[in-house]
Amino acid sequence: MYPEEFRYTKEHEWVTVSDDIATIGITDYAQKELGDIVYVDLPRVGDAVVAGKTMGSVESVKAVSDIYSPVTGEVVEVNAALAEAPETVNRDPHGEAWLVKVKLADPEEIKRLLSAAEYQAYVEAVQR
Amino acid sequence: MRYLPHSDEERRQMLAACGLESEADLYRQLPPEVRLERPLELPPGLSEYEILEYFRARAAENVAGYPSFLGAGVYYHYRPVLVDVVLSRGEFLTSYTPYQAEISQGTLTAIFEFQTLMCQLTGMEVANASVYDGSTAVPEAALMAMRLTRRERVVAARTLHPEYREVLRTYGRSQGVEIEEFGYQPELGSADLDELADKVDERTAAVILQRPNFFGVIEPVREAAEIAHRRGALLVVIFSEAVSLGLLAPPVEADIVAGELQSFAIAPSYGGPFAGVIATKEKYVRQLPGRLVGQTTDAAGNRAFCLTLSTREQHIRREKATSNICTNQNLIALAATVFLTVYGRRGLRELAEQNLAKAHYLAGRLPRRFAGPFFNEFVARAPASSPEEINRRLLERRILGGLPLGRYYPELADCLLLCATEMSRKQDMDAVAEVFSGR
Repeated sequence: MYPEEFRYTKEHEWVTVSDDIATIGITDYAQKELGDIVYVDLPRVGDAVVAGKTMGSVESVKAVSDIYSPVTGEVVEVNAALAEAPETVNRDPHGEAWLVKVKLADPEEIKRLLSAAEYQAYVEAVQR
Repeated sequence: MRYLPHSDEERRQMLAACGLESEADLYRQLPPEVRLERPLELPPGLSEYEILEYFRARAAENVAGYPSFLGAGVYYHYRPVLVDVVLSRGEFLTSYTPYQAEISQGTLTAIFEFQTLMCQLTGMEVANASVYDGSTAVPEAALMAMRLTRRERVVAARTLHPEYREVLRTYGRSQGVEIEEFGYQPELGSADLDELADKVDERTAAVILQRPNFFGVIEPVREAAEIAHRRGALLVVIFSEAVSLGLLAPPVEADIVAGELQSFAIAPSYGGPFAGVIATKEKYVRQLPGRLVGQTTDAAGNRAFCLTLSTREQHIRREKATSNICTNQNLIALAATVFLTVYGRRGLRELAEQNLAKAHYLAGRLPRRFAGPFFNEFVARAPASSPEEINRRLLERRILGGLPLGRYYPELADCLLLCATEMSRKQDMDAVAEVFSGR
């Protein structure tokens, strides 16, 4: 269920890289845990993000949770459609509801992140 | 609420359950050098009768019924009797955090009405359920602007209430707010917009302007908004005399409007408790601190009210909340709600017009310091004697005078800030004029 070509964090973000551009979102597990998402707060184009640091938040009817950037770099695009339709995160977290695109400072960086199998195992362990 | 003291036997049982011998054992962790190893030096207890006598004697030291010309952030307005009739209902008076929608529709409805009234007065789209007071609303608005703009500097007018500026500095010290001030035009008493334009840059989160300002002068909101917006900063408009909103155009050019509601049926009573409010545009609502009540429908499809957007708040988001230093002044905000309901739209305008007319009558008889347009407060120069001397001579005539300004503005040491409201009688205003003229 977690795409093989993605990388993952223990904070439940996913990232996929094409050329030097990383596309980042939150995982299906994260959206299920949060429940109905009503608002997504994203960084702005041009903002610098740092791996492991907060870059925004997702708000559900029961909580606001931080989004941690899995990578370091500069935001080159944000998914503006989420402002009007935050529920997309619940519907298609791994596709249409990508959050931001980041130009990587170090393309090697994502190798430190979890593979789909590792993330799957981590989520199962958390749920036990 | 019943008062249920513990018996010695109950205390002993509780201590035994905790495995302790005495209450002193509860403090064992404290090092001996910080413990007070003797009883507090307190006088012996008094009987109920003695306590009542004591407070009666203290109360008798108050003077009552003196006309007052003191404003400066706290105003002497009439309090309609209906306010206390509503406030003293147990459902409102004794309830604590009464927000559970299933059992608190009365309180939640009242808060929703309060928020609606605040939006109508300020020209904003959303208002919170109130905050402590006008002074704390200032830093909350500044911090909100900093979150919205992701900038860390605010530029505040020197004509903003000096104590509000002090509260801003107090909050700012621990929250990383860089505060700069801009001055006023010496002839007009309104903000120096040229100096403001010089000080606003791409690091400025907010321009903070009070209307009417501390000198009572009406500040130019639209022009200040243009200056702020040109550099991507927000304009925060503060009010300390809420009655002015009955007459002045709502400051719709502002991004955040915050202020003090004491004028709306809240007794001056030694400076509090008061209530403040913050209102803003809907697009900024997620950074608005404090509680918010929204309208919804219940399971049966009836109109109902409940707290909304609580995920921004300290009881859910802890240290990442929009504020950890605010609460709702529910009962006090209810007083303002009843006041506004009693007066209504037209009544509030008539009240404001009376304030304007009386203050302008008084000002017409005194040497006015500033030429800018004013509402119910103005600065007068004391040519013949000192401001303190004028106040002393007014007190002899059983009149409370104004605020000597030297304490806050050394350059205005010969000036007195005076206020007239609907409560000011002509004969008392004439007496003030006589004292000023040295008669």
